[in-house]
Amino acid sequence: MEKAIKKYWPVFVLPTLLAFIIGFIWPFIWGIGLSFCQFTTVKNVTFVGIQNYIKIWADDTFIHAFWFSTAFTIVATVLINVLGFLLALLLTRHVRGTNIFRTVYFMPNLIGGVVLGYIWNTLLNGLLTLLEKPLLQLNATYGFWGLVILMCWQQIGYMMIIYIAGLQNVPPDLIEAARIDGATARQVLLRVKIPMVMPSITICTFLTLTNSFKLFDQNLSLTGGEPAKLTQGLAYNIYDTFYARSGAQWKGIGQAKAVVFFLAVVVIALVQLRLTRSKEVQQ
Amino acid sequence: MENSQKTRRINGVISVILALICVAYVYPIVLILLNSLKTERAITTTRIFELPTAETFTGLANYIYGITSMNFLESFWYSLFISVSSVLLILLCCSMCAWYITRVHGKLSSGMYYLCVFSMVVPFQMVMFTLAKTADTLKLNNPYNICIIYLGFGAGLAVFMFTGFMKSMPVEIEEAAMIDGCNPLQIFFRVVCPILKPTMISTAILETMWVWNDYLLPTLVLDIKKYRTIPMAIQYFRGSYGKVEMGPMMACIMLTVLPVVILYLVCQRYIIEGVVAGAVKG
Repeated sequence: MEKAIKKYWPVFVLPTLLAFIIGFIWPFIWGIGLSFCQFTTVKNVTFVGIQNYIKIWADDTFIHAFWFSTAFTIVATVLINVLGFLLALLLTRHVRGTNIFRTVYFMPNLIGGVVLGYIWNTLLNGLLTLLEKPLLQLNATYGFWGLVILMCWQQIGYMMIIYIAGLQNVPPDLIEAARIDGATARQVLLRVKIPMVMPSITICTFLTLTNSFKLFDQNLSLTGGEPAKLTQGLAYNIYDTFYARSGAQWKGIGQAKAVVFFLAVVVIALVQLRLTRSKEVQQ
Repeated sequence: MENSQKTRRINGVISVILALICVAYVYPIVLILLNSLKTERAITTTRIFELPTAETFTGLANYIYGITSMNFLESFWYSLFISVSSVLLILLCCSMCAWYITRVHGKLSSGMYYLCVFSMVVPFQMVMFTLAKTADTLKLNNPYNICIIYLGFGAGLAVFMFTGFMKSMPVEIEEAAMIDGCNPLQIFFRVVCPILKPTMISTAILETMWVWNDYLLPTLVLDIKKYRTIPMAIQYFRGSYGKVEMGPMMACIMLTVLPVVILYLVCQRYIIEGVVAGAVKG
């Protein structure tokens, strides 16, 4: 059978492969190439070696964006996962209204980042005015926490769903056995439930880490990077370098930043997978 | 007995807390809804929390103005068309590709598989400039062809999900079909596709959530003066005028959110199952 299918490869694989080349492989390779060049359009490209990569580190906004993204990713990942897991624990206790709660908590996921940003911009600015504090666009600290709140509001529901599925897959007799052995509720949670949902934790931390690090839409619409680019995450900083700055060197630098960004994402993903996978138990 | 009474009381308290969180979850959307019904003067940051009164209530005026001034219906159509065409194309091509990958072992299969995994990690900013240029050159820069780019960029997740499911599919059924004289195409469409239906739904949901809400890709690929998807229109609406007209803006946000929420309430079971399936495979 394998041979028969193999003959049909142009039908089965070629469309996807072609789209893949157009939409991903070629732009990716070309992008790496351009990161070593100075260019404003694709026609006037001059090779400049690793100059772009050196110039990145002289750009303070990029360094700041790097730390901004890192801090944001750590805070958001911890908060989203802890709160999502807590909600999942509460929702697996068979309390009344579980279905409604689950439905509502998940809902923000379906709303796009740009729209969410505006909704929260309106709400938070209203709140800040009420408290007689500066607006989101004027204070980087509020901007940062505004983004954290927005991200939590959007992502907790998604992670909660995954944790609920994980918790429901824990065999009840395992918990029963632990109880008979005299384990307290806390011990059951720490020694049985959490080790058993380790695969869910792996997935959820992976998703939240990469989502927060790659954050763009929400960043653009909630704070727009204001004040003075102090609330720019990495992805937004790269976009800004490409499309909002005038000067011949910026596109090349932007592309080099993108390569650095890509490498950072790969490193984070690999380290995270290795760390949490090692803690998973075989069922 | 006392124990169960205690649990019941704790559960009651938990219910109340969860309900309060629920209110906090819905509140931002309700706030936008209320403000979309108010006059422009009553939607400043100081008066945002006021309920519409007889004086400030404008009915649907903001909605009508928003729909006409930002060409909302046109944007809605583009968003809808792009989402549907992209997702259908992704489902068809990626399921076929995934079947090939799971059933044929060779360099092409493993190469494709690793490329898919790799593409899921790469941030969009890495390819955004070159992708936009490629799309221009190949004339993929309009809503009717952009699905090819989405296929290229969404293939990773879809192929990954399909292969995850197909690995557990028994090969015997397909072999039986082959002995009965089916060619691979017939096997795929008559035997594999029906078995694949639940995964198809899950994948379709995940991909739709992505394409419908995507902002950056269409902004860079499409000509913003001619074609605007809904997220683009909202962003454009805010950026293009000197002063943002808050009322129509809120109305448009509501018009964007409502269909999605309604669709979600109707088929939430599939959506939640889709997310779980995606996570388990991912």
